[in-house]
Parts: sequence; structure tokens; C-alpha cells
Amino acid sequence: MNKYVHALYDNDSTLMNSIKVLKNHDFNIHEVYSPFPIHNLDKILKLKKTNLSFLSFIYGFSGFCIASILTWYAMILDWPQNIGGKPSFSWIRNVPSFIPVIFELSIFFSAHFMCISYLIQCKLFPGSVHKNPDPRTTDNMFLVEIHIKKNNTEKLVNLLKENGAMEVLIKEK
Amino acid sequence: MSNHYESPIRKPLILGKKTLKNITDDILKPIENKAGNLWWTALLISILAFLWGLVCIFYTIGTGIGVWGLNRTINWAWDITNFVWWVGIGHAGTLISAVLLLFRQKWRLSINRSAEAMTIFAVIQAGLFPIIHMGRPWNAHWVLPIPNQFGSLWPNFNSPLLWDVFAISTYFSVSTVFWFMGLIPDFAMIRDRVSDPFQKKIYSILSFGWGGRSKDWQRFEEISLILAGLCTPLVFSVHTIVSFDFSTSVIKGWHSTIFPPYFVAGAIFSGFAMVQTLLGVARKVLSLESYITRNHIESMNKIILLTGGIVLLAYISEFILAWYSGNPFEKFIYFSKEAAKGPFWWAFWALIICNVIIPQFLWIKSIRRSFFWSYVIAIIINIGMWFERFDIIVLNLSHDYLPSSWTGFLPSFVDVGIFIGTIGLFFVLYLLYIRAFPVISQSELKTILKTENKKQENE
Repeated sequence: MNKYVHALYDNDSTLMNSIKVLKNHDFNIHEVYSPFPIHNLDKILKLKKTNLSFLSFIYGFSGFCIASILTWYAMILDWPQNIGGKPSFSWIRNVPSFIPVIFELSIFFSAHFMCISYLIQCKLFPGSVHKNPDPRTTDNMFLVEIHIKKNNTEKLVNLLKENGAMEVLIKEK
Repeated sequence: MSNHYESPIRKPLILGKKTLKNITDDILKPIENKAGNLWWTALLISILAFLWGLVCIFYTIGTGIGVWGLNRTINWAWDITNFVWWVGIGHAGTLISAVLLLFRQKWRLSINRSAEAMTIFAVIQAGLFPIIHMGRPWNAHWVLPIPNQFGSLWPNFNSPLLWDVFAISTYFSVSTVFWFMGLIPDFAMIRDRVSDPFQKKIYSILSFGWGGRSKDWQRFEEISLILAGLCTPLVFSVHTIVSFDFSTSVIKGWHSTIFPPYFVAGAIFSGFAMVQTLLGVARKVLSLESYITRNHIESMNKIILLTGGIVLLAYISEFILAWYSGNPFEKFIYFSKEAAKGPFWWAFWALIICNVIIPQFLWIKSIRRSFFWSYVIAIIINIGMWFERFDIIVLNLSHDYLPSSWTGFLPSFVDVGIFIGTIGLFFVLYLLYIRAFPVISQSELKTILKTENKKQENE
């Protein structure tokens, strides 16, 4: 059975200081839960940069390609017509009037697929079981989850208490 | 985000030295407590208005759009006026959320959630009008490029009306996603607080299992920023494309290159006026006085002044061009001498008074910072912007290139009923929203709490 410690804080500055101390003492911080995003926390925890912006570009580019193919297929290949004296026999000559549709579809694809990717990456689904171990972490408390090795529990608990933890709980799972 | 620095000489955006817990309590108050009589009365009136509109819509669909006040000359009137008006109102929400997020404007934080909700509800009303104006709404799916039983039959991608389909549906769906993504952490906050098992179940489903892990927040901030970046050009593109419905035509008074920027500015002008109107009520009814302060009202009034100035500039250029072109038909456009003294003089002067003269009072600081006067002026601007769209459509169509077809316009009771019905539906949605959803983005607001409390210490 793995043992781990939950330390609760009521302030983001205290939490940040405490995390720095824990890092200096080489403790393994497994997770941090907070009611709002904390600036620079990802750098201190050495979290990898997210790839969502790159994915968003790829999805947007796909939308651009699909819209270009759609307008070309519908208006040039499948059903070319002379509308208002403007014959549609060449996509490139008609492209100015296709720009609104191409633009909107690029944004549509980029936004929607990026959000779907985000939900999948974070494992967020309608009705899935909540992931925070303490309900107060969505309100006003900050929680650090630390995995502990053998014989360092006492040192860790003392360190947490010295650095402003309001509550320290030892759990097993 | 949390240790964001703001100069202490700036006015505080959260009053009363709140704690993190206070913010949660204040936002949960309307959800946890029972609704007051005022809310029930407002909901009842809104439902009645909506039902009246619904009856008029069914009557229109059952009988045909001949029951409207349209005629052969004026074939777009209240329906398209209402469409453009509602789309315009929808603009401020995304502007507050997305554009002001990119500009790091922290005053948006207390009002962005309500403004986003307003956007979505307004765009729903807007979308209704082109669909019922089709006359055969059961064929509405024909505007989408989907395979059909008629062989090679596609919508015309050269048409601004089809651009509208793409622009409005993209705007609606992306704004909804932007709104919902921001709501997830707040739903989780409600899930973890409410005791009622039914409420707990509903908010558990809506919160998607959010836990507030550091990695989730990192990704959340990234997508918020990218969505803001994607929504910003959308704000400008949607009303630009709506203006193309007019400006790509050859109708005098419509065929104008100034229309795209003029429509965008007008949309933001009317959108902010509607945000003022809604927040003026929400602030009192939901006791959000500490979060929606005079500084918020003043900042919005400054944007109203700016966009109102751009709109005024467009009016002036339309008027000068009508006069300078020497074209006899241009004399009858919505911003011309003839319009000012013709059969629709009342609509012309309503526009001037509501959109040009009254908003100038906002230059006076005491009025700009007054809740009451801001509210009154906002309602007047809403009315004025409706008249602007009415003038553009009806005045320009009433005097076309063929003097023998010149005619007037009178709305039928169905026109009026549908419009009032959409106002009813809008308020039904808004009233239900303020009771069930967190009206302030608590997770974002909490990030500036320390700075705001520090400012109050320095005062």
C-alpha cells in the first residue's frame, strides 16, 4: 500500500513557499489542487508545456483545407453556375467570395477540436467522478499531495507544519 | 495569474475586503437560496411575452409571412431589423470575454460571465428571425452544405446570406464553448458545496469531474487564451459579414464600404448598452454590489462613448456622401435631408436623439459613474440602435430606384408579437441562468483578490 500526505493551505503564497521548500528537500510532489490557477506553479512543478496551442493550429489548418475543398467541390467541380454574371469555373478567381466561409470553418474546427482535445487530455467527461480529494479545494483551500518513502513521514509532516500547512493528513491507497 | 500586479493607485474592483470564502458564498447565494417574489414576477412576465411571441410564430408558419406588414417594396422590415439588432447585442459578451482578456483588462472579471450568457441568449433570438423569414422553416437545413435528394444542389457560397449562416452558427457555437469551458471550475465549486442531492447530481454532471489539478489549470489557461484569440476575429467578422448582407447589394444607402466597421462599432455600442441594462438589475437583485462597482460601470460607459463616437462618424460620412454625390436617389437614404423630413422623420429623429445626443451626457463624470443614469442611458441606446437598423432597412427600401413603387410600412400585430416574444424568451433564459449558474467567474475573480484588497489598504 502506498502512503501519501495531504497538506492543506489557505493561501497561495504560503503554498508556493512550501512547495519550494519541499522541492529543496527532494520530496516527491505528486499533485497540487487549487481553486484558481496559480502563476508560475507549473514552472516550479516542472510541468511540461501543453501542446494544445499547436493542436489548435493543426485543427484550424484542417478546417481551412476542408472549407477550401468544400467550396471547390460544390461551386466549381460538382455544380458550376453563372450567378449574377460571375461564372464559377475557377476556384482561385472565386476565392474572395469564399473567404468568409473558409475563415469561419477554420475558427470552428480550431476551437471545437481543441476543446475536445483538452477534455480528453484532462479526462473530463460529463458526470465523471470528481478528482479533488478534498471538496474545499474548489472553494478556498489549496492541497498538496506528496508520496512518501519509508521513514521520512515525520520529517515531512514537521516540514509542512513549519511552512504554514493548516492541516496535514496521512493517507493510504 | 494570481500574482498579477496592478498599480495601487487604481481604483479597487472588489469592494469590502473579501476573502476567498466570501466570494464563493456570494456567488452561491442565488443558487442556494429560494427565489424572491421579484424574480418570479419577472419570470412570469417574460414567459407571457414569450408565449405571445410563440403564438405569433406559429401563426406566421401556419399562414405564411403575408401576415407580416411586408409589401413588395419593403420585403425586409422588422424581421431583419430584429435579427441585426439581436446579433449586435450579442457582441459585447465576446468582446468583454475575449478581447479584454487579451488586453489584460481585469475589470472584465466581474461581468464577463453574464456578458457571455447574454451573447448566447441574444444570438439564439437573432437566429430565429432568418429561419422564420424563410417562410418554410422546415426547409431551413437547405442552407447547409449537406447531401440531398436533388443531386448536385449546393447552397451558393458566393452569397452573403450563406456567409451569415456560417458566421452566426460559428459565433454561436464557439461562444457557447468558450462560456461552458469557463464554467467547468465554477460548476465544480458548486458541486462541492451544495447539500441537496439533486443539485449535487446535476452539478456533478456539469462539472465533468473537475478537480483543479495543477496540470488541468495549466491547460485551462492555455485554452482560455487561445479561445480568446480565436473569438476576437470572430467578434469582428460576424457583424462585418452581417453588414455584407446590405453592402454587397446595389440598393442605395446600403451599397457602402463603411458598413463593416460601422456595423461592428454599432454592435459593440448596443451590446455594452445591454450589458449595462442586465447588470444594473443583476447587481441589485443578486446583491453583487461589491463586485459590480462604479468603476465597472464607468469603464463600460467609456467603451460606449468610444464606439458611439465611431458610429457618429459613420452617420456623418453617410450624410455627407448622400449630399456630395448629387445622386437623386441618394437623397432618400436613411441619413439624408429627405429622411429627416420625410414620412419616416420620427424614426430618423429617434435615432439622432437616442444614439447621438443622449450618449453625449456620458462625457460628464458624475453621470458616467452613476448607476441610475447609466441604466437609463443604456436603455435609450438599446432603443436607438433598434431604430438605426429599422432606418437602414425600411427607409432605404421605401424609396428605391423606381418612384412608382415607393411606399410606406406599417408593422402588423404579428411583427410586434414576435419581437416582444424574443425579448420574453431572452429574459426567460437570462432569469433562469442567474438562478442556476454562477453569474461571476469565481475562479478568475479569486486570482485578483489579493491585489484588490491591497489597493483598499492603501486608500
